[in-house]
Amino acid sequence: MLIYLIRRLAQSALVLFVMSALVFLGVYAIGNPVDILINPQADQAEIARATAALGLDQPLVVQYRNFLVSAFGGELGRSFASNVPAVDLILQRMPATIELAFTAMIIAIVLGLPLGLWAGLWPDSASAKAIMAGSILGFSLPTFWVGLMLIMVFSVWLGWLPPTGRGQTVNVLGIDLSLFTWDGLRHLFMPALNLALFKLALLIRLTRAGTREAMVQDYVRFARAKGVSERRIVRVHVLKNIMIPIVTVIGLEFGSVLAFAIVTETIFAWPGMGKLLIDSINVLDRPVIVAYLMIIVFVFIFINLIVDLLYTALDPRVRLGGARA
Amino acid sequence: MLYCAGSLCTLLAGAAELRIGLSADVTTMDPHFVAAQPNLTVQMHVFDGLVRIDERGRVIPGIAASWSTPDPLTWEVKLRPGVRFHDGAELTAEDVAYSLERPLAIKGSPGGFATYIKPITGKQIVDRHTIRLKTATPYGPLMQDLAHVLIVSKRVAAQASSEDFDSGKAAIGTGPYKLVKFARGDRVQLARHDAYWGERPEWDAVTLRILPSDPVRTAALLSGDLDAIENVPTADLPRLRKSPAHRLAQTVSWRTILLHMDQYRVPPPGVTDKAGKPLATNPFKDVRVRQALSKAINRQAIVEHIMEGLAVAAGNVVSPSVIGHDPNVKPEGYDPEGAKKLLADAGYPAGFTITLSAPNNRYINDEQVAQAAAQMFSRIGVTTRVEAIPLSVYLGKARNQEFGVALLGWGSLASDLALRSLAATPNPEKGYGTWNWAHYSNPTLDKLIEQSLATVDPARRETAARAASAFAAREVVFIPLHYQIVSWAMKRTLDYAARTDEFTFAHQFRSVAK
Repeated sequence: MLIYLIRRLAQSALVLFVMSALVFLGVYAIGNPVDILINPQADQAEIARATAALGLDQPLVVQYRNFLVSAFGGELGRSFASNVPAVDLILQRMPATIELAFTAMIIAIVLGLPLGLWAGLWPDSASAKAIMAGSILGFSLPTFWVGLMLIMVFSVWLGWLPPTGRGQTVNVLGIDLSLFTWDGLRHLFMPALNLALFKLALLIRLTRAGTREAMVQDYVRFARAKGVSERRIVRVHVLKNIMIPIVTVIGLEFGSVLAFAIVTETIFAWPGMGKLLIDSINVLDRPVIVAYLMIIVFVFIFINLIVDLLYTALDPRVRLGGARA
Repeated sequence: MLYCAGSLCTLLAGAAELRIGLSADVTTMDPHFVAAQPNLTVQMHVFDGLVRIDERGRVIPGIAASWSTPDPLTWEVKLRPGVRFHDGAELTAEDVAYSLERPLAIKGSPGGFATYIKPITGKQIVDRHTIRLKTATPYGPLMQDLAHVLIVSKRVAAQASSEDFDSGKAAIGTGPYKLVKFARGDRVQLARHDAYWGERPEWDAVTLRILPSDPVRTAALLSGDLDAIENVPTADLPRLRKSPAHRLAQTVSWRTILLHMDQYRVPPPGVTDKAGKPLATNPFKDVRVRQALSKAINRQAIVEHIMEGLAVAAGNVVSPSVIGHDPNVKPEGYDPEGAKKLLADAGYPAGFTITLSAPNNRYINDEQVAQAAAQMFSRIGVTTRVEAIPLSVYLGKARNQEFGVALLGWGSLASDLALRSLAATPNPEKGYGTWNWAHYSNPTLDKLIEQSLATVDPARRETAARAASAFAAREVVFIPLHYQIVSWAMKRTLDYAARTDEFTFAHQFRSVAK
């Protein structure tokens, strides 16, 4: 177990290193942030001063070396545009994104599992066919379009929900959360639903397929023959067996929801990390872009690790490598 | 009372609130970190400059009640007595002197303020409310430039970091609003400063929402979540114009859209003969070719069809209400036959091929404007290919001088300032020609610009600036296409004096009878 963890961490460090180099190079290739940030009326001397102030007058290799040196000290650079440490900027915005991703995943799980199970148990019923048809829509409609439609219907026409932004927050253990206020929930509902749709469709399909496969397995027939109630068969024998792929997907999808809530955040003006990334790319704020991607890579690595550990809990046959059984 | 929601109801309840949707991200509340318009928009609610700019783009008194120039190198500025900071302290000349130095002292800042304050070579505090600013050479635009350098409290800002401004701790200005909360990327909340020296703003509380996405901004207005928005998306204008519940405020913006033509390399990048072989000459060096291209443009068609009325055909470098706009310089008329003749006279009867570069996410319909211009050029025999790229890449390429013909939008408060950047011979020592992508160089124009900038008397400067504009237009240094029109949309119960400099100020919104 320990060896396994150490090996995983070493891999992660390598991934982070490669990632930082790629992003550094990529942003460098796009353009010079000074061109965008500088006052148009500024003269040549002022432009040169600004370039030097941001450290952009150094050769790329030197810039990257300086970055690595300070990164080892835990400092991922200061934002060019905000004069605030990049990591602080991202951490400030993280609760909003986590809250959104978390709610979206809850919606997807709470609706997706029962609906998928239903469609798997009674695949020929009209309701199951309706569920499956609905899930195709969830897959195929582009997120930004659905988001705009939600706003048009629920905010502009019906006037039920606020169209954009994050509601009132309360401070819970030092973190600003909007989950606990009525205003916050009203703001949260549409973006969370928008973000959940694709995951919901995915979970429905996954659960249905797993259920259909499990229902014809020997252990289910045997349980039936033994006279176990249908309810218990589904709960204990079917659900438990189909959970492994579902947990994997939920884990990975949570990571991707966190990282790529960008579209939803942009449409609903949700002040999360994704919107920060877009705003930063617009002004080529390299420290923020690099720090953001580093943090996302780290989150993915962490979630994957958790998923692997969960396997062992769900299925005793799974052993983590390194133990040399 | 059908629309009794939001501001009107709160108005009846006694606390007026205004919620405005802004179109660009605000990065910091430190007014001296970076000179960017989205930041200044918000900061100017909290801080004042020495002077203000009115909706036509002209300087009017601010916390400087008056100023005079006892000699061309000295500006004596009289501060309004009794101006109070949000913490109650009185504004003095000390604060002004400090604020004119602080921008240069911030480490790691992209800045942009040096341009405004560098002409000042000496400051002399005469008394609590009088400061003398010395310049090395006579410099007419000084007060105009200083409108963008906001005045902070020396006592508060001296030990403050940029973070202290963001948190509100150091965001102590003399402006009409106090900073309540700056939620980065989301909103800025403001409360009225009751001891404000100027006209008392109508709104007790103001929320500025950051909504860069166009359809979202409109939706938020339509749903009643916002009272007003800036930069109304072109696509939504017809709908809002018809809406009985909304009002539009529009004016000609200070932003001129123009085409630069490389006038120093042989041949310019992207310019070939019709067979694709490089030319042996630079056609743009010949004023007749530049005139021909200008005559080839049907500005009225662009205004009507591409811009859908959101522009005014341009002949000057600056828009009509701005200093140095010469009313005698008319937009070049559409004359394809004349253009062909000029081309033939210049020795290009068969025309040639060019690449027209343009950004595709910066100005209103920028790529379509470039496409339209390309078709018009092609009609007189100048085959044109359009290369449209995002601004962040575009500016880098421009700086590397990769363009032969390129589209640029320029907003300026005076033609001499605009021409200094766009048309003066590039000269790093003098700070001239920073955006002169064409490397146009003409000692006569340089002299006209220099003279205008060195004129401290406003009336005489206006004349000098007009002369420079007229000369640049005659020489077709670049091809002005149009001035953009800038739009705000708001509830019917509100009105806004549309500003030519495109700034959005909550304190300038008024409530009106429906």
